[in-house]
Amino acid sequence: MKFLNRLKTAIVGLKTNKVRSALTILGIVIGVAAIISIMSLGAGAQKLILDQVEGLGSNTIAVLPGREPTGISDTAGLFLDSLREEDIKALLLPSNVPHASDVMPVAFGSSRLSYGNETYQSTILGAGSAEDSNVISRIFDVYPSEGSFFTAGDVQSLAPVVVIGDRVREELFGNQRALGENIRINGKRFRVVGILPKKGQVSFFNFDEMVIAPYTTVNQYVLGRKHFDRIIVIADDARYLDDTVRDITVTLRGRHKITDPAKDDFFVQTQADLAERVSSITSVLTAFLSAVASISLFVGGIGIMNIMLVSVTERTREIGLRKALGATRADILWQFLLESIGLTVVGGIIGILLGGLFSFGVSLLLTEQLGNAWQFTFPYFGAVLGVGVSGIIGLVFGLYPARQASKKSPIEALRYE
Amino acid sequence: MEIINAINLEKTYYTEGLETRAVRDVSLTISRGEFVAIIGPSGSGKSTLLHILGFIDPNTGGEYFFEGKNVNDYSDDEKAFIRNKRIGFVFQSFNLLARTSVLENVKLPLLYSDVPEKQWDERAKKAIDAVGLTHRLLHEPSELSGGEKQRVAIARALIREPEIIFADEPTGNLDSASGKSIMEILQKLNEEKNHTIVLITHETYTAEHAERIISLRDGLVERDSKVEKRNMASEFKK
Ligand SMILES: Nc1ncnc2c1ncn2[C@@H]1O[C@H](COP(=O)(O)OP(=O)(O)O)[C@@H](O)[C@H]1O
Ligand SMILES: [Mg+2]
Repeated sequence: MKFLNRLKTAIVGLKTNKVRSALTILGIVIGVAAIISIMSLGAGAQKLILDQVEGLGSNTIAVLPGREPTGISDTAGLFLDSLREEDIKALLLPSNVPHASDVMPVAFGSSRLSYGNETYQSTILGAGSAEDSNVISRIFDVYPSEGSFFTAGDVQSLAPVVVIGDRVREELFGNQRALGENIRINGKRFRVVGILPKKGQVSFFNFDEMVIAPYTTVNQYVLGRKHFDRIIVIADDARYLDDTVRDITVTLRGRHKITDPAKDDFFVQTQADLAERVSSITSVLTAFLSAVASISLFVGGIGIMNIMLVSVTERTREIGLRKALGATRADILWQFLLESIGLTVVGGIIGILLGGLFSFGVSLLLTEQLGNAWQFTFPYFGAVLGVGVSGIIGLVFGLYPARQASKKSPIEALRYE
Repeated sequence: MEIINAINLEKTYYTEGLETRAVRDVSLTISRGEFVAIIGPSGSGKSTLLHILGFIDPNTGGEYFFEGKNVNDYSDDEKAFIRNKRIGFVFQSFNLLARTSVLENVKLPLLYSDVPEKQWDERAKKAIDAVGLTHRLLHEPSELSGGEKQRVAIARALIREPEIIFADEPTGNLDSASGKSIMEILQKLNEEKNHTIVLITHETYTAEHAERIISLRDGLVERDSKVEKRNMASEFKK
């Protein structure tokens, strides 16, 4: 008997029991839909995070205080005050780090802002450079819509000046003019010299809810300390990224008098390092959730086996008749095997469509929330895998019932009366 | 030429420790072109014997030669081929596929044959025409009378133009008019197409449509004789 005819026979068999067929594949449909949704949303989330990580530009290098954490339980609490003003000076020397185009320290902390009776809890970012007035704009790609960033001179003189985010302006000033006004930050008076336009998230910073002041002023008057939370270094060319990382490491070890790399009190991270770490976390998460969802596929497979066994018993007479009319064991085996494979593959395809539709719907909602930062991704690989796995489930769980069917004797057609 | 040669056939069923010797010791030969009726009271082993002869159930004792070859020497697939091509079986309870048209029911044996698919419809229509059901081609079994159902079953048995047709009480569930038309078809197949026919019945009148009657009782052959005065369902040219 030709394969095509076997397939046709199986399809006719499924059509005769439409409702049962539909109910049988529900487990597979749900399992595949769940996996497709997880894969799609996982890929979207990964892209979202990576875009943010890469928002600073791929030439960005971050120097962080302390040791690089070796695991979740490693708190790396040592040497968190290791990055100092002298380090900036050393990194700025072309003889130390020839390919650093920008070097900027960053110190941040939470702060209570007030203006008149209005108060607002916000993050204060200490940044800037004693030598270059435009470094903040260059690194973060933010430009005040009113006023301007403080200057290199302001950084040198610990000027109490501040640039405020859009949300901060709205909370403190409403419709009133903010530029030139004095606000209090943790009790200290600051003059508003610039206002940022609505910007949203850039890398890990939400500039809308932030105020930015010279790092010297912030450390001295707001945070009351001398160290930085990180130093951002921009390499002048992607080709020199690795060289620059090495130069930074050598320079800081020299300055901190470290000979054993295991005793480093700082670590250097590139955007690529960070991106890699984020990808691996989201991939593991997606794989884990998919594994959980595939339990549903397994349960679906057992459901198929169950229904196929019932079907074989119910159709004993039909099987016997077919055998009496000349069907071989292989003919019957394939008829039932193709029925179960057909069921699961159709279930898989429906699951892919539903999963795709669901994640597309969720993506629409997320796009409303996050703007263009969120993008719908259809997991083509997942779809192919879904159909393949469904087919295999049909094969594996259909084999036993199909064998039972093929073993029936033609006499059963007559005995079952 | 002998198609069937059975020697000391036995069939014993064991159900829950209970032994039923449905066929005890049956020897018979049937030649090509014969029309044989097997007659006997209910429970005498007629159906059991026919199932053995028709490759539907194996015997538990004795020897069965089909077309000169011992049945035990046929492989499973060869047996399937014989059921498909050499044998046509007509069941008392019709055994048609529900929710499936007359045409598709009759085509069923072709599904398991090497007949090219292009010829299926034409052959099925020819077989359906031979039993006079062309006007019911696309009807489903539930829309047919008992007599019509049995004619569909005969058309299905005919479609591979088998050497031998086994019919187990084909008229048993039918009224006398329908029964007569079935006997007419069987006689015609035997007379005009030279199909060998083995018919089971428990009515002497029906049995006398055959050329030869084998009487069974308690799983044994009681009598095997020629029919003196055959009943003809209608006139045929020999
Ligand atoms: N599958 C079976 N298991 C046990 N006994 C059976 C089975 N089939 C038939 N029999 C018994 O075998 C005997 C012959 O049955 P059967 O061949 O159907 O007789 P008939 O067709 O002449 O009425 C009966 O006693 C019947 O009960
Ligand atoms: Mg019987």
